[in-house]
Amino acid sequence: MSIFIGRDTRLVVQGITGRDGSFHARQMISYGTKVVAGVTPGKGGQLFDGVVPVFDTVADAVAQTHANTSVIYVPAGAAASAIFEAADAGLALIVCITEGIPVLDMTRVLPYLHERGARLVGPNCPGLISPSQSKVGIIPGSICQPGRVGVVSRSGTLTYEIVHQLSRAGLGQSTCVGIGGDPLIGTTFIHCLAAFQADPDTDAVVVIGEIGGTDEQQAAEFVRQAVTKPVVGFIAGQTAPPGRRMGHAGAIISGSSGTAAEKIAAFERAGIGVMRRPADVVGLVRERV
Amino acid sequence: MNLHEYQARDLLRRYGVPVPVGAVAATAEEAGAIAQRLGGPVVVKAQVHAGGRGKAGGVKLARDAAEAERHARAILGMAIKGFSVHRVLVVPAVEIAGECYVGIVVDRGAQRPVLMVSAAGGVDIEEVAARTPERIHRLAIDPRYGLLPHQALGLGLKLYRELAQARAAADIMTRLYGAVYALGASLAEINPLATTPDGTLAALDAKIVLDDNELDRHPDLAALRDTSAEAPAEVAAREAGLTFIKLDGSVGCCVNGAGLAMATMDLVAYYGGVPANFLDIGGSSNPQKVVSALKIISADPNVRAILFNIFGGITRGDDVAKGIVQATSQFPIKVPVVIRLTGTNEAQAVEILTKAGFSALTDMDEAVQQAVAKARAAA
Repeated sequence: MSIFIGRDTRLVVQGITGRDGSFHARQMISYGTKVVAGVTPGKGGQLFDGVVPVFDTVADAVAQTHANTSVIYVPAGAAASAIFEAADAGLALIVCITEGIPVLDMTRVLPYLHERGARLVGPNCPGLISPSQSKVGIIPGSICQPGRVGVVSRSGTLTYEIVHQLSRAGLGQSTCVGIGGDPLIGTTFIHCLAAFQADPDTDAVVVIGEIGGTDEQQAAEFVRQAVTKPVVGFIAGQTAPPGRRMGHAGAIISGSSGTAAEKIAAFERAGIGVMRRPADVVGLVRERV
Repeated sequence: MNLHEYQARDLLRRYGVPVPVGAVAATAEEAGAIAQRLGGPVVVKAQVHAGGRGKAGGVKLARDAAEAERHARAILGMAIKGFSVHRVLVVPAVEIAGECYVGIVVDRGAQRPVLMVSAAGGVDIEEVAARTPERIHRLAIDPRYGLLPHQALGLGLKLYRELAQARAAADIMTRLYGAVYALGASLAEINPLATTPDGTLAALDAKIVLDDNELDRHPDLAALRDTSAEAPAEVAAREAGLTFIKLDGSVGCCVNGAGLAMATMDLVAYYGGVPANFLDIGGSSNPQKVVSALKIISADPNVRAILFNIFGGITRGDDVAKGIVQATSQFPIKVPVVIRLTGTNEAQAVEILTKAGFSALTDMDEAVQQAVAKARAAA
């Protein structure tokens, strides 16, 4: 099994004819993801690469193809609207790759999703992959291996680095989830930890956090109370200066809060095995499984 | 994007917040002329992107135009927390009977804008927040309904016993909330919201931080950016589509992805080095971005070695390799370059680099250790 996505994922790609959307739609199809539809307003009726039907609206795509998951590759200014549309079409899982969505747009999007019971992963995230079952987003399939370690991260390429280390050591993954680097996101560490805890095919969880906010501290408290599986963690940004945004909109130390030191201390108090560097992941997971 | 106080005041006035009228000056003579025009005592205030201006001597009371000019001369060119002062704001001095704080920030935990008010406003608000957080009243606003009248009045009554003043404060809160969404701000605050001896309220200082992601929608606000208040290398990086933050060390870092860039800096420190910068070349790979990145990093005289850490996903290794080779043909790079490169199009990248006389590693720890050793040997 896996969390959030798997063999029964039927995917609609919003923005399938765009530069990023078309490239990654092809990557997902070749990985084996069931891409059942694409959406680009004005291009309804076309076939993407001669195979995938394109619709004008997400509602049409869902009605015709029974898609149950959406992935969004539309530009930042239109991305909030794309999320609203996906939720209105009744999709239960919406994955938003787009970076640069205004945070005030997200203050309107999140309650809307909540009322409809839809899960958003992202925005500003690399998406998810359940190796050899389904890939939704942009995580390179080549670095992943099927297995029993769950991975959840606020980052993109740092996740690839750590997943790559796991795969090289023969530690495959059940699902890897990139939850995104923005301050307001739909799916948090806690949601993923709860899902991994409940997943019979996950034996251990790797949590990759960074400076800014208190999500890692809350995740640590959740681990202490509700997670019996071993958890290993990493915090990026130990050398980051306060008050500066380190690339991700959410990666900022405000005053003295959100530092790597405070997050690492919270992890340690919760019994999470803390990696001092990405390469430590293999040893720490092996020790605990 | 940070706005200066004078810009924030102008914007809030536009949304109906009572802000005393002043004017901004770049020279002492201009400041004196403004004081003359305003008449009476004025306050001369340094315009920099730093807090604690008053404590640093950047805010001065002047009784007349001549004194305003003298103060402006002393303040202009002053450095406050590393920011040099290019402009001063001259405003009428207001007699203050009381100081409150009103601010709105988008709160990550609440996932909503949160309105914060305190009757203990003024320069020590951060200390109030740290020591006596119960003196700050917080309200998470549901953006679907906005700030409701009874909520605003309830908070107004936490600040003022007089109903008329509480109503005036509620009106200011409502206008501030409207300004946040209209401007695309991630933070807006009035501190102090002063009470004058006759009981009227006036916003004497304002701070606004705009969400960079909103600037495409607001070209008029994007034009308010003061690049003279930023490090030149950071301006150059933003124009090249890179995220760059200068630090104090000797190992220059060029990485794809923000998380990996932070982890690379941390690993430099882990192996005993000090990173010279944070630099994320971003997701889409373009050789020109790599050229710009190398130009910016190698212009830093503290840099003794340059470390590339590329994990190709969307970023293609061959594009990065091409950028490195192009850069070396355009300008000399006088320090050793250590390249770690793996992932998408790794083989083509290694071929391009080898032909140009570079070698590439695939292991992150090995590359970081080499870069730290080379920086140390060159020091």
